[in-house]
Amino acid sequence: MFTFTLRRLILTIPTLLFISFVIFMIVKLSPSDPTGNLPLTIPPEVREQIREALGANDTLLVQYGRWLEQFFWIEPRVYLERSFGWDLGTEGEIRLLSYQTRSPVMDLIMQRMPQTLWVVGVAYLVGIAIALPIGVISAYRQYSVFDQVGTFVSMVGFSVPPFFSGVVVIVIFSVLISTDSMFWLPSVYDTTHQVTDWESFKYQFRQMIMPVMVLALQITAQISRFTRASMLDNLNQDYVRTARAKGVRERTVVLLHVLRNSMIPVVTVIALGIPSIFGGAIITEQVFKVNGLGQLLIIAIQGGDVPTVQTLTFIFAILIVLFNLIADVLYGILDPRIRYD
Amino acid sequence: MLDDAKPPQTRPLVAVDNLKMHFPIYGGLLRRRTGEVKAVDGISFDIFEGETLGLVGESGCGKSTVGRALLRLYELTDGTVKIDDYDIAHASPEALRKMRPTMQMIFQDPQASLNPRMTVADIIGEPLREHDAGSKLEREDRVLELMDQVGLNRDFANRYPHEFSGGQRQRIGIARALALNPKFIVCDEPIAALDVSIQAQVVNLLEELQDSLGLTYLFISHDLSMVRHIADRVAVMYLGRIVELAPREDIYAEPLHPYTIALLSAVPEPDPSIDAKVERVILTGDVPSPSNPPEGCNFCTRCPSVMDVCRRVEPTFQELRPGRYVACHLFEDTANNTSESAANGAG
Repeated sequence: MFTFTLRRLILTIPTLLFISFVIFMIVKLSPSDPTGNLPLTIPPEVREQIREALGANDTLLVQYGRWLEQFFWIEPRVYLERSFGWDLGTEGEIRLLSYQTRSPVMDLIMQRMPQTLWVVGVAYLVGIAIALPIGVISAYRQYSVFDQVGTFVSMVGFSVPPFFSGVVVIVIFSVLISTDSMFWLPSVYDTTHQVTDWESFKYQFRQMIMPVMVLALQITAQISRFTRASMLDNLNQDYVRTARAKGVRERTVVLLHVLRNSMIPVVTVIALGIPSIFGGAIITEQVFKVNGLGQLLIIAIQGGDVPTVQTLTFIFAILIVLFNLIADVLYGILDPRIRYD
Repeated sequence: MLDDAKPPQTRPLVAVDNLKMHFPIYGGLLRRRTGEVKAVDGISFDIFEGETLGLVGESGCGKSTVGRALLRLYELTDGTVKIDDYDIAHASPEALRKMRPTMQMIFQDPQASLNPRMTVADIIGEPLREHDAGSKLEREDRVLELMDQVGLNRDFANRYPHEFSGGQRQRIGIARALALNPKFIVCDEPIAALDVSIQAQVVNLLEELQDSLGLTYLFISHDLSMVRHIADRVAVMYLGRIVELAPREDIYAEPLHPYTIALLSAVPEPDPSIDAKVERVILTGDVPSPSNPPEGCNFCTRCPSVMDVCRRVEPTFQELRPGRYVACHLFEDTANNTSESAANGAG
């Protein structure tokens, strides 16, 4: 298992380098101008100077090489220095800067990360917590009323995009319900809000409800379907009949024998979905004005901010590759029939 | 090859009366109940303590359903099943769970019937844990003892089922069934999924265990030679009914029911000179659908000696001679004149 993981990790290096190159070329070759969003009063020669100063006029290979150096060499050392107080000689070296804000891209990402992790991460946990019982019960009572309702809700969750369901809940809970009602919920997520006491916690809770539930609906739909299908697969297996014939309690049969075997594919799906948390639910963050990573990516794309787009996309790529590996390893741990040697 | 028939037993350990197992069919737009598959349609028999009852029949005739229904792995449609004088057909789930140690099952597919995520020790030990049999240490001892009993190496206790061969897996299944000292074991085609070379080993193991532990078996199989080897009495099933039930020697020497005759004539004969002389009874047509069985005798659509009465009146399952039961109109007038005329009058 260890050698397998190590070999896979080493193999990811060329994969990731290739991905970073492809991302860079796509972003760079698309017709976008870092000065495009600047006021029209700026004369063309000044714009040219700005591009020159940003380094956007160098040959593509030089720019790519510079990004590689900044991302893999300079930035990690800066963060090591910060966290451990060492001196690794990064003084005077140029960090990976955003075209738009001229501040280091990694710092921007670190600022945005908590919002995304809170909202999307909580939505993911809530979604899983709702989905698993629904999946288990729907499978155990297949074609019952509960199962039919669960199927309907899942279909709705699958097919209704968040830019629709998000707006619908805003209309209901922020517009139609009057502001002084206890059911009123804020439609704009206040990122600067600090949780210091019970009241501020309650406000934080209220402002999280809508974005979290809109996202959780989608996650629940997907995972409950997976759980149900996997449970149904296993419920009809002979070993379940064996367990019943042994005189095992029905609860143990379902929760120990069936659920444990059914969780193998579900856990993989959950693991593969985790990178999307970091990717931020781009649309949902826009609808509820959450200043997360997804929103950062949108702004960066609009502004032709190549370093930010490149870095964010590459980080998502790393996470996807990494969680693919984690899913594979989990499979090996959960299913004794699968061994990587 | 054949062992001596065992002396007649005294007490029925398992008593089945008018067992029916119908599975509903749902169809149409609203998934209403549109019919039912009569997998088992009213069968009665006894299994005596210490004997092996062979249950034979072609695929889909309801053999496995009978086996599972006897242990109430299905909810019965009708009828009673008494094991050790205890009606398990109507027992509450908890009472049934308490009864489980008495009755166990060995399944056909030794791969699928073992939980792939449990080690052998867990699989064999789980019934002990569920029924609170002894401390952890005692249970571990018992697991190892069971593994010895079925001829599994003790070192394999912490391995997973997929690491074993088919024959070894079936031994795990047998050890598991034996864990709680059952009296009655349903062997649901325990050798069908095994190599011929392994089949004999497993059957001999089952026989040894029967002798040493005094077990009672219901041995479900479509392998007529193997049933002849292991069973004391044989029941032949066709389309959800038992058509003939008789001691082994009698049924193989002189089959009575036309279906039994056809079935036994299909057994391959190793001696080619005899084989050439044997006349095969070839049945034409297919087995009717169990959701829509024919009126009268179930076998009337394929029976070589079909009569008019067969298409109208269901034959009764009656004792023709001591120990020989058959359900066929060919034998009705000799055995029970009155019932036939009564049935005729009704039909």
